Amino acid sequence: MHEMSVAQNIIDIVLQHLPDQNAHTVKSVNVKIGKMAGIVPDSLEFSFRVIAADTPCMIDAELKMQLVPLIIRCNGCTKETNIDDPVFMCPGCNSADVTVLSGTELQVSEIEIEDTT
Amino acid sequence: MSVITIERKVLEKNDQIAQKNRDDFTANKVFPINIVSSPGSGKTSILEKTIEHLKGKLKISVIEGDVQTDNDARRISALGVPAVQIVTHGGCHLEARLVRDAMDNVDLHNTQILVIENVGNLVCPANYDLGEAHKVVVVSTTEGDDKPVKYPNMFRNSSVLIINKIDLLPYLNCNVEQLEKNALQINPSLKIFRTSCTTGEGIDQWCSWLELQVLK
Repeated sequence: MHEMSVAQNIIDIVLQHLPDQNAHTVKSVNVKIGKMAGIVPDSLEFSFRVIAADTPCMIDAELKMQLVPLIIRCNGCTKETNIDDPVFMCPGCNSADVTVLSGTELQVSEIEIEDTT
Repeated sequence: MSVITIERKVLEKNDQIAQKNRDDFTANKVFPINIVSSPGSGKTSILEKTIEHLKGKLKISVIEGDVQTDNDARRISALGVPAVQIVTHGGCHLEARLVRDAMDNVDLHNTQILVIENVGNLVCPANYDLGEAHKVVVVSTTEGDDKPVKYPNMFRNSSVLIINKIDLLPYLNCNVEQLEKNALQINPSLKIFRTSCTTGEGIDQWCSWLELQVLK
């Protein structure tokens, strides 16, 4: 249950990028979450809501989670595969020499803000 | 309505502090390892055996992470090795900042191996770099051979796997070859040791490897 700490980090980053907390409210926060990032989306949503509720400019902010697939590329035959199970082997040639192209991301990509009326 | 592009790693603050820790370890020629596992797999017992084995050869210091109590730090101190306890008060993992604070109480000049024993948990500690050279994941045979498949992140992010309580195999429905196969599918470069803290099996091999890393 480290999602609470992750949610706190997300909100800290958002606040650092908000020009003026009194003049703007955050409408949405876009976060990229890799399949192998070790995050449970429902748990992150819950944690985000708890912390956002105590952050006046973020009370109504929507957490938009973009789930990123786990994709590997074989360094032998160059085949790229979207893998469901965490088996880091090329299904084409069975090589274990693979590079992870995506699926470990955990980052805040963008926020939508509007002026406080 | 306007959009602000951010593109920042959520855990970048932790990663930055971990890098500071790593720089301090390097500057002081300290070899740091981060031991992770589920509760009760034998992290502290392996550490006790490791200390008994390497004491007099290498200077070891320990940072213990637990949700509650300083029981583990007391067990380590009893062996004559300096141990600093971090109590997370409910926190399910160690973060780089907690380790950095604890480092104030570690004599890095007189340390060759720093063992950081993480909170017993196979999920959350996988995501947090503490500045270690290696994550060492411990699995005991009593936990079953499918642990790697259930907790792939931890096995992917570790470089060493210790399979502990190997002496109990005759009494358990755990296929250790399957366990190793499962782990290697997730991380083919894992270095694997089989140990028992009761019989002492495998402790030699693990400690020899550790010694070699420190003297590199």
